[in-house]
Amino acid sequence: MNANQNILVKLKDAGFKINDKWLVQGVSLQVEKGKIVTLIGPNGSGKSTTAKIALGIYKKIEGEVEKYTNKIGYVPQKISIDWTLPLRVNDFMVLTESLKNEIIDEALSLTGVIHLKDKNLGDLSGGEFQRVLLARAISKKPELLVLDEPVQGVDFTGEIALYELIKRISDELNCGILLISHDLHTVMSATDHVVCLNGHVCCSGTPMDVAKNNEYKALFGEQASQILSRYEHRHDHIHTDEGKIKKN
Amino acid sequence: MFDDFFIRALVAGIGVAFVTGPLGCFVIWRRLSYFGDTLAHSALLGVTLAFTMEFNIALSVFIISSLIALTLIQLQKRTNLPGDALLGLLAHSSLAVGLVVIGFLTFIRFDIMGLLFGDILAVTVDDLLIIWVGGAIILLILKLIWKPLFASTVNYELAEAEGLNPDRAKAIFTILMAAIIAISIKMVGLLLITGMLIIPAAMARNISSSPQRMVIYSIIGGLLSVILGLFTSLEFNTSSGPSIITAALFLFILSLFNIKQSIKLKN
Repeated sequence: MNANQNILVKLKDAGFKINDKWLVQGVSLQVEKGKIVTLIGPNGSGKSTTAKIALGIYKKIEGEVEKYTNKIGYVPQKISIDWTLPLRVNDFMVLTESLKNEIIDEALSLTGVIHLKDKNLGDLSGGEFQRVLLARAISKKPELLVLDEPVQGVDFTGEIALYELIKRISDELNCGILLISHDLHTVMSATDHVVCLNGHVCCSGTPMDVAKNNEYKALFGEQASQILSRYEHRHDHIHTDEGKIKKN
Repeated sequence: MFDDFFIRALVAGIGVAFVTGPLGCFVIWRRLSYFGDTLAHSALLGVTLAFTMEFNIALSVFIISSLIALTLIQLQKRTNLPGDALLGLLAHSSLAVGLVVIGFLTFIRFDIMGLLFGDILAVTVDDLLIIWVGGAIILLILKLIWKPLFASTVNYELAEAEGLNPDRAKAIFTILMAAIIAISIKMVGLLLITGMLIIPAAMARNISSSPQRMVIYSIIGGLLSVILGLFTSLEFNTSSGPSIITAALFLFILSLFNIKQSIKLKN
């Protein structure tokens, strides 16, 4: 079945729709041990949906998902936690798996939030909470890490350090990473494979392949916030609102 | 010093409090208090069934409550009515049907007040066995599903993504809710069971900083409520259920003062 022993999760022509509206369609990709696969694309292009398909959160999907590991760490893009729960950082760390104290401390130190261990989760700032989320995902030493914009709200220097950490974890644990990121610089420096989404797979390949793309060169000097909104390929189609496709 | 019946009621109540403590925390965390009410109201049907068929009350209440829970899940899938409307529909219609059936059963002497509000005189040695054995099984199962249930209470997608099977845990928890109602109905009465679940847990929320502590304080609160309530019940000849719940309310009010003091200290 799994010819390549290194494959952790594989999507074959996968898609998901809610109320007859496709969120994403026809996505094929695979994440292997020790490799980082990055999803890029504009807002509403189906990046988070693709991650949730890979994780098995969405079950009624089109196409196929093959998952070869159960040791998964997930950092969701949005997380709404009900504050009727009394929950400290320490309790949150052992949410899905019991861990030794030293391992919890190590993970919290790596993301720079060890001093918050006994704080109530509801009292953290957005950036602090994001660091806790990342610490929780890596602490269980997963085989597959799914990181949906893992550094949102983190300060600039912290952002660089966290991306370096993610790269190091991928090497040290030999775990596969499915990363969703808006930061093209990170994508280009650390990723093995880039998939550009816009309701479907627009293009994919190594960062070099994508970097050779003329449009990519043209936008490389733009302000980081504008990079993705201006990101265009040589299309045989144009995108209308809501990611619909219109043939030229 | 005490009559036998009082010792039995005390032992029964203590057994119930050990189970309602942790379950009550989940009822608060998962916002299930109205769901608990619905199951409790449907218990009246279970009781009437037990009397007509000469069947064990706890077992028949457990079966009927589980059926109502399953019906609710099916209705949620098949209609567009909001969840609370469906809960209300099931709660009041099963209560009404139960009362109508009782009206027909003129040949059996019914103590309606005892059913609705609990009757410590009615606790038998068999009931003690059901409460302690049943309660131990409920707690054991809850311990087994704790991780997926708690993780999905915090965040469903995290639990699902990391392979904990939250849907199964939720289904099992629903059965546990039916079971706790079945074993505590004689003590607290079907109108007040939800109070026994949520008031000690709400008290515990006010004074705890971690989920484990909330569970422990909730159990302690439940135990104190049962002991205080039953002594009051004995002293003033009041129904056991309302006396226990009033004691729980008293503890809850005390826990509010605790909060005010800690806020004052912070400022």
